[in-house]
Amino acid sequence: MSCCGPATLALAAAPAGAQGGPSREEIVLASHRIGEGLWQTDLSVPAVHCGACMRTVENALGRIEGVEGARVNLSTRRVSVRWREGADPSAFVPTLAAIGYPAHLDDPAADERDETLSGLVRALAVAGFGAMNIMLMSVAVWSGAEAGARDLFHLISAAIALPTIAYSGRVFFSSAWNALSHGRTNMDVPISIGILIAFGMSLYDTLNSGAHAYFDAAVSLIFFLLIGRTLDHVMRERARTAVKGLARFAARGVHVVHEDGRQEYLPLAEIVPGMTLMVAAGERIPVDGEIIAGQSDVDCSLVNGESLPREAGPGTSVEAGTLNLTGPVTMRARAAAKDSFLAEMVRLMEATEGGRSRYRRLADRAASLYAPFVHAAALVTFVGWMLVGGGWHQSLTVAVAVLIITCPCALALAVPMVQVVAARRLFETGIMVKDGGALERITEVDTVVFDKTGTLTLGALALTNAGDIAPADLAVAAAIATHSHHPHARAIAAAAQDRVRLAPVFDSVGEHPGLGLEATAAGHVYRLGRAAWALSDAGGITGTVLSRDGRLVAAFAFADRLRPGAQQAVRALKAEGLGIVLLSGDRSDEVLRLAAELGIDECAGDLVPGDKVAALAALAAEGRKVLMVGDGLNDAPALAAAYASMAPATAADIGRNAADFVFLREGLGAVPAALGLSRAAQVLTRQNLALALVYNAIALPFAVLGFVTPLVAAVAMSSSSVIVVANALRLGRADGGAPEPGRRAARVSEAQA
Amino acid sequence: MSDFFYLIPLSLGLGFVGLAVFLWSLRGGQYEDLDGAAERVLDDEDAPILPQRRTVPGQG
Repeated sequence: MSCCGPATLALAAAPAGAQGGPSREEIVLASHRIGEGLWQTDLSVPAVHCGACMRTVENALGRIEGVEGARVNLSTRRVSVRWREGADPSAFVPTLAAIGYPAHLDDPAADERDETLSGLVRALAVAGFGAMNIMLMSVAVWSGAEAGARDLFHLISAAIALPTIAYSGRVFFSSAWNALSHGRTNMDVPISIGILIAFGMSLYDTLNSGAHAYFDAAVSLIFFLLIGRTLDHVMRERARTAVKGLARFAARGVHVVHEDGRQEYLPLAEIVPGMTLMVAAGERIPVDGEIIAGQSDVDCSLVNGESLPREAGPGTSVEAGTLNLTGPVTMRARAAAKDSFLAEMVRLMEATEGGRSRYRRLADRAASLYAPFVHAAALVTFVGWMLVGGGWHQSLTVAVAVLIITCPCALALAVPMVQVVAARRLFETGIMVKDGGALERITEVDTVVFDKTGTLTLGALALTNAGDIAPADLAVAAAIATHSHHPHARAIAAAAQDRVRLAPVFDSVGEHPGLGLEATAAGHVYRLGRAAWALSDAGGITGTVLSRDGRLVAAFAFADRLRPGAQQAVRALKAEGLGIVLLSGDRSDEVLRLAAELGIDECAGDLVPGDKVAALAALAAEGRKVLMVGDGLNDAPALAAAYASMAPATAADIGRNAADFVFLREGLGAVPAALGLSRAAQVLTRQNLALALVYNAIALPFAVLGFVTPLVAAVAMSSSSVIVVANALRLGRADGGAPEPGRRAARVSEAQA
Repeated sequence: MSDFFYLIPLSLGLGFVGLAVFLWSLRGGQYEDLDGAAERVLDDEDAPILPQRRTVPGQG
């Protein structure tokens, strides 16, 4: 039982055909040995919400025979289960599913510990310690300590500052060095130069009993900047883990039949062309190949966008990633996993030079203009003071003051703080954003390209003529249909869930792959499936029908369902003045029908993945900046090629990884919501940059004229940073400090949520 | 005033202890599931913090 209301995230993310849970072999493949005959398996459990959920899950798993213990991590929504060798791990997923927590296997947590994050937090802790203690000394100095005490305080400050800067400053120094050695500049270059010169100068002054030292400024600068850096990293890491925690589509391994009839479960990477593989109903085809035995239907929607399943029998060629729906098949591998359809997509992705690779982050663009200016100002100040006879020591002191006061502390916080807050708000609405640059790029978009199957639609069929069918007949059909994975059967079962109890009790139900289902009850034979098979005389009837003893009882019509909010989302985007384009791999007539329904003017069907990339390139050549929204394997190259991209959580793995944004909820309102919030964030970012520049413009003349003491520098720097951070937090307010452009779109999406 | 200078190494020392404790707790993985820790503190069951060998309830 979930205690926290409907588990919306889990619903959207649950993959089709995974009810049985992964096989024992697959779990072992995804687990790792932790010694003493113990194994550890990591499961992703998106529905865990609170303390009660944690207890329920841990207790349920703990009761399974052979389980040593289970521990839920509520932050990452994962549970790691430790079990003794010899136990049966295939019980984990069904056990959790039975108590209302759908779970799926997670990759072994080899890279579990986020080294970058702990490095950043350690640096932050050291900088915080240094900044606080140096500030204590500085307060004493500012309050007018006599010369002897002042020198002692300066000396202690220097002793604290040296290791602090050496340890915590590395983050900036290495990034600045990296940029400089590639002939670029970034925000870290002026920061590093400012810190190092300020420290060197202060050290010299301390040793010579000077009155002013800037240790406090240098160290608290590092502290403030590290706060921003760490928050930024935490946010991105959270999105990354959330996306990584979604269900995988491809199996980790395959059942291989050797020539001597022996069966073995092998990891996907060890499959070579010519091997004979067994694929059960409900599993995905692991590699490209040809079916040699068995009859089934395959669902290609994720691969090429076709919404209707295809028949498959001996001789049919199947592509990796398609879903085997109705019957077990034996197939011969034609290509290894790395050469299969999926790999073809990866090559296409690498070949397309995305618009985003040319994009430079706003902060970096600002820094490249700002850094030379700051350094020139400091140099001019130094030369100016030398010319008016200030002596080299005083001239250098003033120049250092200029560097410190203009050191882009506020500027460096201006962009990341807004993006951290924006990413957090998006996270709360179920949208993961991969990096800050994506928030900037999406605001420049003028065209939105949608995929059809799985993106504008749910990629799941629904019964359209339920009203025309007698309730009793529908109940019979639904009761039979519950026995199959076929999309038609699922649609019928879903349409009449509550009426199944009206149906007669069947003596037997059997599935005939590629044809349909047959059931017997009270001497009658019911068939649900293809008209040509179910009816003794089909005549002109095609499609899916229910027959009794060979006579037609009911015919069913199906259509792919629109994703909730698709209409509103398209309308909202159009109202924003964005061009909408529909590109699909499905049949052109289907595409045209949907485009007309949604009011989309530009559309194209029957596209292969290369065509989609070409279409995006053509749009880019017209100077349009495209947001690609898609889910299929065939969309992945387009997602990588577009200026910005979005994918639903139900998308194929590589598509999710290629997209800038991943939305977890079912509704398509995520698209205008992400756009609206990103635009609001962009407005705040610009405000912040302006605030930081205004502050610098005011402070600079004072610094140049030599009025800036360490006290003034510390106060000015802190206050400007606080102002910038406070302005960024306005985005987090419930009614949004969100200014005009994004308002409407955001509200539309909230109404759907 | 110089009589009170002994307070400086004292305060620095205390600060160091605090820093060391924080780094130790960081290394021990105490910040890896902050949301979970907030809930677990309300849990009445007397379960060990890390899954140790324990008798499994319900199997006698």
